[in-house]
Amino acid sequence: MGSQGGFGQSKEFLDLVKSIGEARSKAEEDRIVLNEIETLKRRISEPDIPKRKMKEYIIRLVYVEMLGHDASFGYIHAVKMTHDDNLVLKRTGYLAVTLFLNEDHDLIILIVNTIQKDLKSDNYLIVCAALNAVCKLINEETIPAVLPQVVELLGHSKEAVRRKAIMALHRFYQKSPSSVQHLVSNFRKRLCDNDPGVMGATLCPLFDLITVDVNSYKDLVISFVSILKQVAERRLPKSYDYHQMPAPFIQIRLLKILALLGSGDKQASENMYTVVGDIFRKCDSSSNIGNAVLYECICCVSSIYANPKLIESAADVIARFLKSDSHNLKYMGIDALGRLIKTSPEIAEQHQLAVIDCLEDPDDTLKRKTFELLYKMTKSSNVEVIVDRMIDYMISINDNHYKTEIASRCVELAEQFAPSNHWFIQTMNKVFEHAGDLVNIKVAHNLMRLIAEGFGEDDDNADSQLRSSAVESYLRIIGEPKLPSVFLQVICWVLGEYGTADGKVSASYITGKLCDVAEAYSNDETIKAYAITALMKIYAFEIAAGRKVDMLPECQSLIEELSASHSTDLQQRAYELEAVTGLDAYAVEIIMPADASCEDIEIDKNLSFLNGYVEQALEKGAQPYIPENERSGMLSVSNFRSQDQHEASIHGLRFEAYELPKPSVPSRPPVSLASATELAPVPEPSYPRVTQNVASVPSVSSADPSDLRLRLDGVQKKWGRPTYTPSETSTSTSTSEKTVNGVTKVDAARDTIYSKVRDTTYDSRKPDAEIPLEKQKLAASLFGGSSKTERRASTTGHRAGKASSHVIEKPQASKASDKTVAEKTIVQPPPDLLDLGEPAVLSRSPSIDPFKQLEGLLDSPQVPSNSNHGAAGANKDSDIIGLHAETAGSGPSSGIVNPVPTNKNDLDLLSGLSNSTTNNALGGTPTAHSTQVSKGPNTKDSLEKDSLVRQMGVTPTSPNPNLFKDLLG
Amino acid sequence: MIKSVMVMNTQGKPRLAKFYDFQPVEKQQELIRSVFGVLCGRADNVSNFVEADSIFGPGTRLVYKHFATLYFVFIFDSSENELAMLDLIQVFVETLDKCFKNLHTILDEIIFGGQVLETSSIEVIKAVEEISKLESASNAIALVSKSVSGWRSR
Repeated sequence: MGSQGGFGQSKEFLDLVKSIGEARSKAEEDRIVLNEIETLKRRISEPDIPKRKMKEYIIRLVYVEMLGHDASFGYIHAVKMTHDDNLVLKRTGYLAVTLFLNEDHDLIILIVNTIQKDLKSDNYLIVCAALNAVCKLINEETIPAVLPQVVELLGHSKEAVRRKAIMALHRFYQKSPSSVQHLVSNFRKRLCDNDPGVMGATLCPLFDLITVDVNSYKDLVISFVSILKQVAERRLPKSYDYHQMPAPFIQIRLLKILALLGSGDKQASENMYTVVGDIFRKCDSSSNIGNAVLYECICCVSSIYANPKLIESAADVIARFLKSDSHNLKYMGIDALGRLIKTSPEIAEQHQLAVIDCLEDPDDTLKRKTFELLYKMTKSSNVEVIVDRMIDYMISINDNHYKTEIASRCVELAEQFAPSNHWFIQTMNKVFEHAGDLVNIKVAHNLMRLIAEGFGEDDDNADSQLRSSAVESYLRIIGEPKLPSVFLQVICWVLGEYGTADGKVSASYITGKLCDVAEAYSNDETIKAYAITALMKIYAFEIAAGRKVDMLPECQSLIEELSASHSTDLQQRAYELEAVTGLDAYAVEIIMPADASCEDIEIDKNLSFLNGYVEQALEKGAQPYIPENERSGMLSVSNFRSQDQHEASIHGLRFEAYELPKPSVPSRPPVSLASATELAPVPEPSYPRVTQNVASVPSVSSADPSDLRLRLDGVQKKWGRPTYTPSETSTSTSTSEKTVNGVTKVDAARDTIYSKVRDTTYDSRKPDAEIPLEKQKLAASLFGGSSKTERRASTTGHRAGKASSHVIEKPQASKASDKTVAEKTIVQPPPDLLDLGEPAVLSRSPSIDPFKQLEGLLDSPQVPSNSNHGAAGANKDSDIIGLHAETAGSGPSSGIVNPVPTNKNDLDLLSGLSNSTTNNALGGTPTAHSTQVSKGPNTKDSLEKDSLVRQMGVTPTSPNPNLFKDLLG
Repeated sequence: MIKSVMVMNTQGKPRLAKFYDFQPVEKQQELIRSVFGVLCGRADNVSNFVEADSIFGPGTRLVYKHFATLYFVFIFDSSENELAMLDLIQVFVETLDKCFKNLHTILDEIIFGGQVLETSSIEVIKAVEEISKLESASNAIALVSKSVSGWRSR
């Protein structure tokens, strides 16, 4: 065969590819492919095909199958090819089978043996190919057949093989966690592999394992942090750099893992702060991958125990993302914002206009993400605007999947935050009207229940108002063509139940409408059933009220039609209606009491009201009733079924499935735990030693209670659990000190943010001409209300004290604020005009307290308090230095051996740890500085804010109604 | 986890399709078609991300990159980072740019069982070259062929 194009493929094949590429229609392409299949079918079954030719046929089969045609006639040849000794052919065979077969295919059984053999091959490429196939082709049942070999490969001399072996084990774990339960320790062990690539690969399974069970891996926090530190400090080989970033994919994985481990765990989180902060600082935000790492940092920060400084950095990055021109970054920014507002909701306000821009962006993905964010930050103050927006968007899209989702979100938000009954009904109407068929039927039932029960308050008046507004709106809507069935059901039910309740609408009008509905949707039986029952209710209420009923002619004909319906249900309803109309008022009122849909119906299961009748019959000599289960001997048709079951239970022939066998797995974990250290199933001499080392890495900080405790005695461990250390008291005091510090910091952060908000509100007096008024309104309505809660929370102790201290310098302050505000107009997200009133309202009442409080505090001027802070910070930092020094010292002295007994400097974890600690100690002082720096503008801000409070006190106040009037028209 | 990698041209014809969870042939075609349907409806200057829950089930996302007449598409779940996936496409494309052959081999070196294996295109090329070197060596020994530089599928 002549090799064309330099790829060793025949001309025939290249022609095929070319003709497919040039095919003008799907039909033409299909014709070519079918032709090809015929050729291949014929050729492939010829005897004695040269192997190279066969290889090409197989590749052509792969191609054919990629184009969507069945190539199963050639599978067996692909399987055969895996048996070949030649590397090229074997790899081709493996490639083909991984693409063709799934793990449960019948032919797999023919491959398992080959895989087993190849995993033991001397040629590492063959091993790699086999590992690749293992991932795709081995299922739960065949895992044991290859597991020993794969585990053995964890110690292979080639790092590429070790890496793939770890990935294969990970795959096994995904397919059947129990099959590799006893091997989990191998992942921990490989975390200390000499090769960074292998270490990086280990992070994938560890991530999965930690997702499932966080607590068993808390001990690894220190290791992960130190690895991340080393990576970020570029101590990996240069080849791991990507676009000038040191091993970004490993950084991302590690940050993900840290996010899991630090979630809700203050102690673990504290270990992470420094390194995450470092990455925030170092990360190159001009490259895509740098931003990927930054985004991951934000995710991590929003997941771990909150740290104000990190949150600040995260907010800065988010601001940069949102301001960027790249849609990708905007998307990430919105996503990150959605994460961060869980911990610090006030951040959203800084970005209101950016968010609104995203909402109006033509990019659908971005829009949806933004709706997700809005969904997360909905509260009663902005629900109307958000839900309105959502509905508008819902109407505009065609994607049913997303329509359903957004509809259910609208419903959820409306139910949760509805400001008024009227609005709620209107909203639900819109949702049903436009997405009715996509909404879960439960939502409709929920709506009916809500209308019937009211909003739970004991205010009958409001409830009846709700109902009459519902009735009114439904009567308006009912005439529209093509309403969704679910919606019509709701309409019919409500009209029947409450249509005539308030007496505004005449019965004949409603019944006319109902008849129209039944006629217009004559092939929907459910609607007809709802309609006729509604008719019955209305007539019943009319009769009960003593009014004369004139049945409309169309109603008559409807009844006639339904009485002859094929559906027994409709028939029954029609006959019932006829019967009811023939009754007198008294009887009707009993069978159809008005507004009784919420009454509980008591069901007398014993049918006790028939007792008298039964007794009479018995007296007359009737046979007494024998319960069904006692009549086993009788062979009447009616109880045949039950008898059958009865028999079955006697003879013991069971038709239901047997109970699942109790898996042997549960008994394993304890065993495996033991085996992890002693009974290592892996034939590897160094195993127990190394495992211990792994455990000892973290035990620098948190003592491992089992075996390492003795060694650590006498070592002062401030990071450890206090129970094991003699210096318990000192530890606890230091932490408490920190917390105090933390709290004050949080407050400080709040101050800054809050005062920024204030700035914007202040700005609104001289609105920026560039921002369209509409957007400002929207911003105000979306974000305006949120300062409410924030405000209240922050007017306490320390903050009040601070605020008070500024009052002395008030005149000067207001001037300064004016200036800075003017400057800020350019930089900061511009203002919301309509938000004006709100903060003023809110600030008025709480502002009384701080000012009163301050009179007592006036004499404690600002400077001392600030220095106090510095001192606290310094204290803390020196503390940290102490800690690090100690740990660094205690590392070697406590006899904890280097975990990696090799000389590769850059990967040596423990040395890295001690190194990092010294670094940390050095880095301690700068941090202190930066805190103070960040406090600088802070005080200024609070000055501004203070002056603002004064100014705003005068402004008229009545916040939202106006605004909504504008927005809702 | 990465669920699938697809390369298709701007007319929706698949050039490479790899699924890390098994999908029957018909399903594969359907997925490729619906992915193409989503992609061709997107303008040039919008983001590279699409939420793909309607195609691949809840929580899945899709990142694509458009080069000349080709779409490179990665589909993955919430355990991956969108921007990072975008860069992984970059790695893949850069690698292809350096040696355009053995697409599947290259992809196998980058993604393994749905997890990111290698992210340096230089390392990938090194591995691929080593494979083809050894392959031709074994070819020479087996006396099957003199000049097969490797296999490929496109």
